[in-house]
Formats: sequence, structure tokens, C-alpha cells
Amino acid sequence: MSKTIKLRKGLDIRLLGEAEKVKTSVDAPETVAIKPPDFHLLTPKMEVKAGDKVKAGSVLFHNKYNDKIKFVSPVSGEVADVVRGAKRRILEVVIKADAEIQYEQATVPALENMSRDEVLKTLLDSGLWPFVRQRPIDIIADPDETPKAIFISAFNSAPLAPDMDFIVHGQDELFQKGIDVLSKLTDGKIHLNVKGNGAPDAAFMNAKGVQINNIYGKHPAGNVGIQIHHIDPLNKGEVIWFVNPQDLIIIGKYFSTGMFDASKIVALTGSEVSNPKYIKTIIGTNLSKLVDGNIDGDNVRYISGNVLTGEKVEPNGYLGYYDNQITVIPEGNQLKFVLTKGWMAPGFDKFSNSMLFPTWLTGSKKFRLDTNTNGEERGFVVTGEMEKVFPMDIYPMYLVKAIMVNDIDAMENLGIYEVAPEDLALCEYVCTSKVNIQSVVRDGLDVIYEECM
Amino acid sequence: MKFLERIVENMEPKFAKGAKLEKLHPVFESFTTLAFTPKEVTHKGSHIRDGVDLKRTMMTVIIAMIPCLLFGMVGAGHWHYVSLEAMGESTGVDISSFWADLGAKIWYGLGVLLPLIIVSYGVGLTVEFIFAIIKGHSLHEGFLVSGLLIPLIMPADVPLWMVAIAVAFAVLIGKEVFGGTGMNVVNVALTARAFLFFAYPTSMSGNSVWFGGQPDGFSGPTALGELATFTSDDKASWAFQSISEFSSKYTMEASWMGYIPGSIGETSAVACIIGAAILLFTGVASWRIMVSFFAGGLAMSALFNVWGANEFMLLEPLHMIALGGFFFGGVFMITDPVTASQTNTGKFIYGFLGGFLSIMIRVFNPAYPEGVMMAILFMNVMAPLIDHYVVQANVKRRLKRLKTA
Repeated sequence: MSKTIKLRKGLDIRLLGEAEKVKTSVDAPETVAIKPPDFHLLTPKMEVKAGDKVKAGSVLFHNKYNDKIKFVSPVSGEVADVVRGAKRRILEVVIKADAEIQYEQATVPALENMSRDEVLKTLLDSGLWPFVRQRPIDIIADPDETPKAIFISAFNSAPLAPDMDFIVHGQDELFQKGIDVLSKLTDGKIHLNVKGNGAPDAAFMNAKGVQINNIYGKHPAGNVGIQIHHIDPLNKGEVIWFVNPQDLIIIGKYFSTGMFDASKIVALTGSEVSNPKYIKTIIGTNLSKLVDGNIDGDNVRYISGNVLTGEKVEPNGYLGYYDNQITVIPEGNQLKFVLTKGWMAPGFDKFSNSMLFPTWLTGSKKFRLDTNTNGEERGFVVTGEMEKVFPMDIYPMYLVKAIMVNDIDAMENLGIYEVAPEDLALCEYVCTSKVNIQSVVRDGLDVIYEECM
Repeated sequence: MKFLERIVENMEPKFAKGAKLEKLHPVFESFTTLAFTPKEVTHKGSHIRDGVDLKRTMMTVIIAMIPCLLFGMVGAGHWHYVSLEAMGESTGVDISSFWADLGAKIWYGLGVLLPLIIVSYGVGLTVEFIFAIIKGHSLHEGFLVSGLLIPLIMPADVPLWMVAIAVAFAVLIGKEVFGGTGMNVVNVALTARAFLFFAYPTSMSGNSVWFGGQPDGFSGPTALGELATFTSDDKASWAFQSISEFSSKYTMEASWMGYIPGSIGETSAVACIIGAAILLFTGVASWRIMVSFFAGGLAMSALFNVWGANEFMLLEPLHMIALGGFFFGGVFMITDPVTASQTNTGKFIYGFLGGFLSIMIRVFNPAYPEGVMMAILFMNVMAPLIDHYVVQANVKRRLKRLKTA
């Protein structure tokens, strides 16, 4: 019953700094932080304060409006600081980590004997629940709903994205355990979507209790939203849950050992990294030990995540909760003279999806792109460019315009339930008029959440 | 370039918020961004952005217009000397061939075109700058293209003050009242032309405007003007006795090459094709619109051929589209992305109807010997309607899925 999806639209941005396939380790971080803004629309209610001792798996805060959803510490140690921003919004909960991680130890009964409610309760109480997210709206799943299906994207197609096959290699059992947990949560199918052109890891191919779908195509083929659209499209009122493969392994570990082991492998990538590689670390880790001595130049931007959807962080900032990747690229805060590097330059150093730059001549050359917007914001003029990189049966420009004018009916009609900001990240990249499309889409989803959910 | 960079950086504070020249900051910004892509970095969303921007896009259109511009320059000179010779003046310029005595012709053409271009850009940019200052944003690039399109769709003899009024009208009423570049409903350049066409018809059509600097009493209609006489019932008023007689005066070759009188930039199909190649290769213009526009024009002409109610209808389709502004309109006007349909399906419908109507108006309505302008303006207005139905089809697909699910 597996499906094969071939996508013609999309764009692979060829960047320098792909991680070399070696798993390395660095010293354990001195501090770790959980950042509530990583969980969109969450209002956290603290359960600890600065100075409290915590173990890995101890609850730090919960959702103020749904106290069943808890967020736990990935390490043991002492709560060092609760960093607040404007309007006293909690930005970071920083934990000073012990040298040796102490775990909260739980006893988890055998999965076969557990009912849906028991599995759900275990996931919620253990703090694993935030790994389960939902479409529409692209937020943490609502545990009171039942999804019509659960999706796992077994590959990431974003620029320089880590190779999931490499990361999960050898963790077949834990991955399968995670799938078994998910299968308790839905009566529908669990879709495991693997890269069509490539040899997916055995952990994926041997997984049981799932429907394995082959996805061919360029980015955003790896986005779960695109996969949902082509395999089991979302209609108004329906919910689909999705989980990252690495997060699923953490769930699997908990159900095997009773411990919240938040270790994961992240890829350190980007043109400014001297030795791009995979690093074994932990959720919410401080970046400084990961990047130390491995960065060329000072005027660089650190991104937790990939260049299209990631979050800008400080060099001593913290890894985002769901991120499997750190990208370091040059800042573009220099004036660029028109004839040499600006809008009339030959432009061999620029990567463009349009034919206005000679990117098409450069074969498989990889690019060192900076953060300059390469132009100023304008009204929409060029049409048809977004459609080329947006493999859904949705009119992206019409949807974006509907959101801009806050027309809820139009948003619903045009398919807002099927998209997340990351799905339109490439539209934002190619936009000639430099409109910040992802934040527009996010605003639209927030309105929909407020008004229609 | 460090030198220029320093100048820009030294001047910046004078235009900063709170400084003396704060109000002129948009002007300062417009000029500096011509020379330098600003330091602006991404703050939200994607951290990297495509190299392309509106300046480069618009520049490409301008480059694509250069063949038409150069050809128009030669043409303006050529027809000027033709009219002089016809009235018996001796000019010493060889008019037996279009390309003979190029120097003299180009020199004259330059004298016609340069003032037109200066007036067009001067007036248009002034209006744009006033709006930019009022709204506090830098100059948007749209007019860079419109400003060059307008001179190319004027007859060589058009008075400069008329151009100035038309440009001001087009930029104000055609564009800025809707919100500026990207927001206009109808094509700005065609708005300027339509304004003159209705406000000063004697200067925009007829038999005495196409030959720049022509002597009094000279009459020189365009090929389409002569064709339009076929629609009259009175055979005596026909310019030719039959369509084949027309075709021997305005041969197929001359029509395609552009050795016929007309608006400055519109005459040569070949020059337009060079521009089209640039626009299509770079993807700035939509091939969907362009191809369907020509398909529409050919289809209508072929239909007329079959119908054959008058001599005009019998003109060969390939000859029909080579005349007048059909090529120029199809390459540079109807493809304007702001006023065209925005959906891929809509673009086919939009382009096809544009071409279809152009020829229909041309043949049916003797008051408008050239139908391209009217057809494109009409389709500009209809484009949102076409898109509406295309988008509704998508919406219905989604609702249907909901019901069957």
C-alpha cells in the first residue's frame, strides 16, 4: 500500500558546508536551556525557580492553559536562570548541568498491555508530549484530539540538512519502539515517508506497523506538510500528528528504559564552519562547546536549524528544541556596489532560481551565501515564481494576500489548514519583492487558531 | 569603490531621522540603492534570499527594449526624410533603402527620441518622487520600464507637452492612486497612450502624425490606417482596390522587418522578437501569456480569412500580426505581470483573449485602426475576473475533497 510521490516543483539551494559523515562528540555542555518560544503559542507556567535542583526528566514548566502538557529538563543540575523578555515573557529556562546526568527513573509497563489512555498519560507525564506536533497550525498536538493519521518524515530536504539515515543508523529497535508507541495513539495509518532516490536506512525500511511512502523531488519534499498534502490531505476539522525521527527515538528510549534521555545528534553545517560534522549532544545544549575553534571569521550568523526556517542565535546561545542542525553563514551587512556585487553585477556568486543570474551555468557549484536581502522590500510584482517552488495544489500568492488582509474565509478556502510557515520558506527565498512570507503565514495561522479552532 | 562608499556613509547622517533633510531621505535612499545594495540583512524567516530583486528584473526589461529603441530611432529619421522627399524637398539623404544613410537618420531619430525620453522620465520620476517622499518609502522601480515604454508607443510627431501631461496622468491616476508599483490595475504606459488617444486624437492617429517633422500638407497614414478604409461601404474611399494590392505596397517582409510607418518603437516585429527572446529566456515575461497572445491573434485572423466579409479580413494572419503594435504589445505590454492574470491557467486565457480581441477591434472598428491598446487595457481590467474563476476552481476542488472525505 505504499505510495510513490514524485514532485517536480521545488528547489535545492546548493550551499557550501555540508557536514562530513563522522559522528564526533564534544564535552558535555555547562548549561542547557529550554526555550518556551520554540513551542509556538505556548504560555508557560513555571514549576521551578532559579536555584532549584532538577534531574533529567524533572518538570520545568507546563502549559498554562493545559497543565497536562509538561516540559522537562534534558539534564540534571540546578536551574540557573529564568530569562524573561518584554512583557515578562519567558525566553529561556537555563539549567547549569551536572557533569554526570542523573535521571528521573520511571517504571513503564510493557507497551503491549497499555491502553491508548495509559500511553497518552505516560507521554504527557514524562514530558515527551511536546515531541508530538500537529497540523494544522503547526504546534504541539492537542492530547484531547484523535488524529486521522500520524506522519514521520524520514528525511530532511532543507539546505545542508542532516542526513537522517546516517543519524538513526543502528537505532532500529528504539525507532521501532517509538512507532509502536505512536500506533497506540491513532486508529489511522502511520506514514513513514522516505527519500525515493537514495537508500533509506534499515531502521526505516524494516519498520513495522507503518506505511512506507517513497517521496521523490527537491526541497521541500522532506517537509511533512508537503507529504501530508500528497498522501492524505488535511481538510478543515481534521488533525494529523507528526514526529521527527530523532524525537521518536527519544520516545522509544523512554518506553524501553524509563529515562528521559534527550541526547541527539546534530549536524554542524554552513560555509563558515571549518570542519562541518555531526556532533553527539543533547537537546537545548549551549552552542559554545559545539562551535568553539571551528568557525572562520567573526562577522557570521549562528542559526539553530537550517538557513530557511532556523532561528538566529548568539554564539553562546542554545539549540532549539526540535532542531537537528546548526548552520553558520556570513552576515551580509556590507554595502554591495552595483557593478561588482550588486544588482547589475554578473552575479556568479549569487544563487538564484530565476534566469536573471547565471546560476544555471554553474553546474553543481556550491555557494557561500550571506544574509543580505539582496534588494529592498516591494509590493508583489513578479508572478509565477512562488508556484515554481511550492509543490502543493494551493495558490501561494493568493493565500499570502488573503492573510495580509486578514480575510479568514479566503484563508480557509485557499488552504491555510494545509500549510505551515516552513512549507512556504522557499517562496520567501525566491520572492523578488523580498516579502517576509513565513511570518505572514505564521500570523495567519495564529488568527485561524484564535478564531476557528 | 571605497571612495563612493565613504561619500554615501558621510551623507547618510544628513538624511537620518531628526536631521535637517529627513524628508528627503527617500530620495537619498533611491539614489544610493542604485549604486549599492543596502546593508539590510534578513531578520525574519529565511536567513538567505535569492539574488534577484526588482531592480534587476526591471533592468532586464529595459535591455530587452533596446532593439526596438534603436530601430525606432532609424525609423523616425527614415520616415522624416521620406516625407520631405515626397513633398519635393531635396535632402540629400538616400531613402531608397531603409538602412541607407544611417548616420543622418539616426541623428534625426535621436533628436526625436531623446527629448521624448527625457520628458517621460523627468515628469514620471518627479511624480514618483513626490509620492515617495509623502509616503516615506524609496522609489519603486516600476516606472523605470514605463518611462521608456511610453516614448516607444508615441507617434514621432507628438508634442512634448502632451507627453508630459499623459505621463503625469498615467502615473497619478493609473498607478499611484492605487498604491504604487505592483498595485495598478491597468498598464501604466498604455494608460498614457490611451489618455492622449482620447484627449488629443488628432495628434495620436490619422494621416499626419507618423512622419516626424513632416512638412505641411503631407499625408502619410500607417498600414493599418489604410487597411481600415476597407471597412467602408464606399469603394471610392478605399486606399487600395484589393487586399493583394495592399500586400504589394506593404510587403510581408517590410511588415516583419518594420520598414513601415507607425509609432516609434512598434514597427519592427524582428526587434520585438529579439526583446521577446531576452524576456522569455530570463523568465521575466511569462511565456504562457506571450505564446497565447500570438495564438489568439493568429486564430482571430485565420477566422476572418475564412469568413472573408470584406477585403480587410482576407489579409494573411502572419501579415496581420506583423502590422501595427501587435508584436510590441504582445512582448512588452500584455506581459506586464502586475496587470496580467496571476495564475498559470489564467495567463493562457488572458493572453489568448488579448490577441483575439486585438485583431477583432482592428478589423471591426474603423475608429480604432489599431486594436492592441484597447484590447490589452480591456484584458487588464478582466484579468482579476479570470483569476477569480481559476482560483475558485481550486477552492471547489478542496471543498469537494472535504465532502467526499
